[in-house]
Amino acid sequence: MAYMSEGAEGLRSVPALLQRNATRYADSPAYREKEYGIWQSWTWAETAQEIEALALGLLNLGVNKGDHIAIIGRNRPYLYWSMVAAQSVGAVPVPLYQDAVAEEMEYVLGHCGARFVIAADQEQVDKVIEIQDDLHQFEHMIYVDPRGMRKYDHSRLHEYSHVQNQGRAAYDEYIKELDARRGALGYDDTCVMLYTSGTTGKPKGVVLSNRNIIEAAKSSSEFDSLRQSDSVLAYLPMAWVGDFIFSIGQAYWTGFCVNCPEASSTMYENLHEIGPTYFFAPPRYFEERITALVIRMEDAGRFKKWLFDTFMAHAREVGPKLLDGKPVGFMDRLKYALGEVLIYGPVRNRAGMSRVRVAYTAGEAIGPEIFDFWRALGINLKQLYGQTEASVFITVQPDGEVRSDTVGVPAPGVEIRIGESGEVYYRSPGTFVEYYKNPESTADTKDAEGWVATGDAGFIEEGTGHLRIIDRAKDVGNMADGGLFAPKYVENKLKFYPNILEAVVFGAGRDMCCAFINIDLTAVGNWAERNNIAYASYQELAGHPKVLEMIQGHVEETNASVAEDDMLSGCQVHRFLVLHKELDADDGELTRTRKVRRKIIGEKFEDLVTALYDGSDDVYTETEVTYEDGRKGKITATLKIRDAKVVPVTRAKVAAE
Amino acid sequence: MKDTEGYVTADGRQIGGVLMEMRDITLKFGGVVAINDISFDIREGEIRAIIGPNGAGKSSMLNIISGFYTPSVGEVWYKGSKRPPMKPYEVARQGVARTFQNIALFEGMTVLDNVMTGRLTHMHAGVFSQALWWGKARDEEMENREKVEKVIDFLEIQAIRKTPVGRLPYGLKKRVELARALAAEPSILLLDEPMAGMNVEEKEDMSRFILDVNDEFGTTIALIEHDMGVVMDLSDRVVVMDYGKKIGDGTPDEVRNNQDVIDAYLGVPH
Repeated sequence: MAYMSEGAEGLRSVPALLQRNATRYADSPAYREKEYGIWQSWTWAETAQEIEALALGLLNLGVNKGDHIAIIGRNRPYLYWSMVAAQSVGAVPVPLYQDAVAEEMEYVLGHCGARFVIAADQEQVDKVIEIQDDLHQFEHMIYVDPRGMRKYDHSRLHEYSHVQNQGRAAYDEYIKELDARRGALGYDDTCVMLYTSGTTGKPKGVVLSNRNIIEAAKSSSEFDSLRQSDSVLAYLPMAWVGDFIFSIGQAYWTGFCVNCPEASSTMYENLHEIGPTYFFAPPRYFEERITALVIRMEDAGRFKKWLFDTFMAHAREVGPKLLDGKPVGFMDRLKYALGEVLIYGPVRNRAGMSRVRVAYTAGEAIGPEIFDFWRALGINLKQLYGQTEASVFITVQPDGEVRSDTVGVPAPGVEIRIGESGEVYYRSPGTFVEYYKNPESTADTKDAEGWVATGDAGFIEEGTGHLRIIDRAKDVGNMADGGLFAPKYVENKLKFYPNILEAVVFGAGRDMCCAFINIDLTAVGNWAERNNIAYASYQELAGHPKVLEMIQGHVEETNASVAEDDMLSGCQVHRFLVLHKELDADDGELTRTRKVRRKIIGEKFEDLVTALYDGSDDVYTETEVTYEDGRKGKITATLKIRDAKVVPVTRAKVAAE
Repeated sequence: MKDTEGYVTADGRQIGGVLMEMRDITLKFGGVVAINDISFDIREGEIRAIIGPNGAGKSSMLNIISGFYTPSVGEVWYKGSKRPPMKPYEVARQGVARTFQNIALFEGMTVLDNVMTGRLTHMHAGVFSQALWWGKARDEEMENREKVEKVIDFLEIQAIRKTPVGRLPYGLKKRVELARALAAEPSILLLDEPMAGMNVEEKEDMSRFILDVNDEFGTTIALIEHDMGVVMDLSDRVVVMDYGKKIGDGTPDEVRNNQDVIDAYLGVPH
């Protein structure tokens, strides 16, 4: 049993880390959750007791080693405890996206063969009950919130607190078994299984071992010198690997406090109250907050607006330099200090970022203006590049080397190489074990030496060693004339306009590029209000001639900017339309992490794509939509198609080889 | 109380004995007879609906239950004894809370403060103590705030806790009004058109809250509603009124098949 002596500092599992924290940080807060208007908190010692009670209760229910326990719900301490309790009894926690519809859950629950489900509330319980007849291995369900559950058949349903009570009552009976199972957890045993949302095909279950999680948490915590006194707000989906690393991996490794919001709708307010010191958010979040702020400033008085504009302009110039420790003149420093008192400090405070030491964004490219805005305010916002298969970290930006156009240097312990096709490969201690019950995909992604294909095309910048990502490797293609086609590159440029929420560019194998555009209702709605444009619905606003005109302006500016890139100048958008509905994960158009599913969109709106290329001025379309309660409906629209100006380019002919 | 046996509903809930009984109620405004000799009862734990076309006298009936009107003829029996003529606040202290058809909230106050007013019947500290916010007043406020927070959590309005009511959309105001009524921990909750003016989604939410309130707290609910679909789905028993008279009383199915009710709603040639 050589591997039993392994493990970072001899700690081979998350339950082992919990035991350490319960002694070392016994009285420090481990979890907080706002309930009944007050932040309730649990120390590490209390957390260990709660988790133990639940683990005993699970044994009482008959959980076996290697069973899969699905966990569904929003970020709550109870559900984080469920994951660690599951690990304690040798089972594998499988967190699911809480907004997934029943059919999506059916696939995942069936694939992992979950015998047990721990669900947050009635809503999630209902979804599982709906599909339980098709789940042959499913046996028991535990729910946290008893509200509305009184009338349910409780032969296979159990309330969370009752399971804990039964566990406490059966302490003497099961504690030996629990100790044995906890003690037997090895470094290469499975820690968690996470399903990737998958822009194509069915989700895949990524198996991550204790080694993966603990090593990744350890090196990343050291990289950013995270401390025991840090605190984070847990608000991102529990099924997403990032949340698992931040709220469990790093939290258990360094022993910092995880705070859970009262409800998803109170997230901004709770963020402000907690003032986390370490923060993670997707680019869209940072964008939304700026949009909200700018809209508020548009309504502010003239003096305030002037003050804001003046100091923000100064901050954009000076702020990032100060953050990177570059030389800044005395007068500039003085002006920045004044701005700090008047503008930057209050803005940071409202955004709940007053105490942030390190903030990360990842998942998508972030607009340079958005990125610089936050850095200008003095927030150490950095980018990282990662994926589920790597236990998040592939590259990160070290302090002082932060830029919006690269994703940083290889994270500690990670090796990177660029394949012949331009695809990025990596190898690290965090590299996943396998795709569950899917050896073919595992072999396709990970080779014998442990190199994993990311599926992203990129290159390493000469001189700095920073990685730059161009696009998904399989999306990068050629246009009819042989020019390079990288849709994401153009889409990102478009999305950096606050008025554009989402863009989908087509053009592989064609002679020109065309695009679908989604407007951002908040930004465009506010713009409409200020310009006295009346509208009754999203669809009406999206089809308004003035909105089309504005979007056309954005597209043309983007074209000008795309034209400057020699390699990609062929990707200018010749024709576009503004979609009549918002692209939505419920309709299968986006993944649950809000990435565009290009192929599905192309097929679903085939009539629109055809219209873009056949030169027609407008197109009539009918689209099926899924409402939040699962019902389906139809919306019809006639969409205008617009031609955008393109910058003529004289492409240097590629010499025939 | 003559009948304490109760019955079991279609979905298996045990309904208790008679909580409130209206005996031969007639209400006149001058020469206008708003309610003409109506009797019915409300049992413990049930959801009782009062329906009828416009001007049938539904709101008047609710106003009699809440003590705002005193019937010209007839008696109101509550918890086994005859209720003497009372002021509405006295009725409220007895455990009858209500919401209004045309929202009656304090627009300038926050949601939290509005819901706190629902606890007024439970506060007894003197003016002096209240003004200094010390001693009894403070203890009371903390205790009551805790109850209010449970209601806020229950109705999922945490995000608007500190928002002035005047800034809220209509559907949410209705929910805040329900919260205020619930905060009083009533034995019987009167809802005057809780779904009026709502869209489908808001109606679904409100229906779920009404069922949950009934299920979770065992609160007896009497409601007036126009939306027939909602009424038939929600209620255990329905009273149908038309021109101040009772024309039907029974389970939703019974009422649905009652010829008088069909005539009143669809109209018959006279």
